[in-house]
Amino acid sequence: MFTFLHKYGSPQHFYRLSRGLAPWFGGASALLFAAGLYGALLLSPPDYQQGEGVRIIYVHVPSAWMSLMVYVIMAAAGGVGLIWKVKVADAFARASAPLGAAFTFLALATGSLWGKPMWGTWWVWDARLTSELILLFLYLGYMALQTAIEDRRTAARAGAVLALVGLVNIPIIHFSVLWWSTLHQGPTLRPFAPPAIHMSMLVPLMVMAVAFMLYFAAVVLVRTRNELLELERNSNWARELAAEEAAR
Amino acid sequence: MSASARSGFGGVLRRDLLLGARQRSELANPIIFYVIVIALLVLAVGADAAVLDRLAPPVIWIAALLASTLSLDQVFHQDFADGSLEQLLLSHHPLAVLVAAKIAAHWLLYGVPMMLTALLVTGMLRLPDSALATLLATLLLGTPVFSLIGAVLAALTVGLRGSGLLLPLLILPLYVPLLIFSVGAVEDAARGLPVAGELYLIASVLALSICVMPIAAAAALRARLS
Amino acid sequence: MSGIQEFLHMGGYALYVWGSYALTLIVLAANALQPRIRERQLLRMLAGRNDRTGPSR
Repeated sequence: MFTFLHKYGSPQHFYRLSRGLAPWFGGASALLFAAGLYGALLLSPPDYQQGEGVRIIYVHVPSAWMSLMVYVIMAAAGGVGLIWKVKVADAFARASAPLGAAFTFLALATGSLWGKPMWGTWWVWDARLTSELILLFLYLGYMALQTAIEDRRTAARAGAVLALVGLVNIPIIHFSVLWWSTLHQGPTLRPFAPPAIHMSMLVPLMVMAVAFMLYFAAVVLVRTRNELLELERNSNWARELAAEEAAR
Repeated sequence: MSASARSGFGGVLRRDLLLGARQRSELANPIIFYVIVIALLVLAVGADAAVLDRLAPPVIWIAALLASTLSLDQVFHQDFADGSLEQLLLSHHPLAVLVAAKIAAHWLLYGVPMMLTALLVTGMLRLPDSALATLLATLLLGTPVFSLIGAVLAALTVGLRGSGLLLPLLILPLYVPLLIFSVGAVEDAARGLPVAGELYLIASVLALSICVMPIAAAAALRARLS
Repeated sequence: MSGIQEFLHMGGYALYVWGSYALTLIVLAANALQPRIRERQLLRMLAGRNDRTGPSR
């Protein structure tokens, strides 16, 4: 474990690895997006209640899944950085946050665009949308803390503690909001969770979800290597790399 | 807790209480803020009996939440400024125990007075007497959570430029469960419904916070200062 | 209505469906491009510094 972490955990090594891997993830993601969009917009049937409006599900639900998954990954990377002092993990956590916030924003915005024709209003205090809104606040808080602390090492460690505390709180927040929404409004119309989803919808949904994951992997690799380059700008490897690039 | 850790806890607690007692005006500020916020909320929504009946529980809790964020800066700020925080980190006692003592002192200095003020204010908000005991119970269980979660974020932002703006931004989302359960409990009590379920939920949030937050606050201090 | 028009019309939900997809596309594309541009900037900046001080000291 340790030799693995230190071999691949060195910024220089990770930089090369990211250069090699990111295009593959990006390419695979683009292919799956093409297939997923074809399935989502053309192959899948319209819903018997929501008509063509149901097609928003194929961008809304993957965004919502990613928003939560990225937070977990960010907190885990932060924890690894905190415990084993791996620079790459710190940079990875920092690089994940804006992407997670972007997915959260997309989940909220597409949820709102879905809500308008279905509920007749842009915003409903539905338990999931409300939890998603609070998740956005958690991401924004993390990013604000990162910019407030100038020293990168300190910022990474402080961010890791914040992300882990947030991770402990997320299930409690979600549960409390769920409890609140059942208390304050009767059974709401929920287009977000059809009881049993048909295969013709499930397949494009899953393809889109995997495309989102690969997209995240590709972009976070590029973002992480930028963070490392900035962090290690005075090291020999960064200087040599820049010289190679300039010569090309 | 070993005897030595207990003496460390007692020492920090006694010191913080003594320092706090010397600065009475700083202790009073969050309380004054608390009463002002309540007055403004009532002025904004109107003082009809019907509106106030509905509004008393959320107003009491929202004001408590905001006032507590105001006091959180105090947990570590002064110790950071005069360097005694560094001493704390170098102490041979476990840091989490010392931080727990600081949290306890913060609760005694700010949480308890706020709780008492809240009880006084209920008279102005027409909260039914049947809900008073529940309100007291939610505040008794809830205000320590303010100090516990708040200490982690106060440790993360100690000494930062603009921490006064950053701290509320970081902490308010984390107060959501406490707000929901507490207001729900007081509303149910005012309607004469059973409230044991909500109180258990708040108690479990408190229990979890007692276990996790002193350790997290110690880690946060180490992250910022070493 | 021809097939294409019907497709674009989305059964009356055109604004919401296409709005969602367009927004997703814009946000994802912006997030994919920004780090590439940043990387180019960083490398150029580091190379510029190399020209002044030499690649390794």
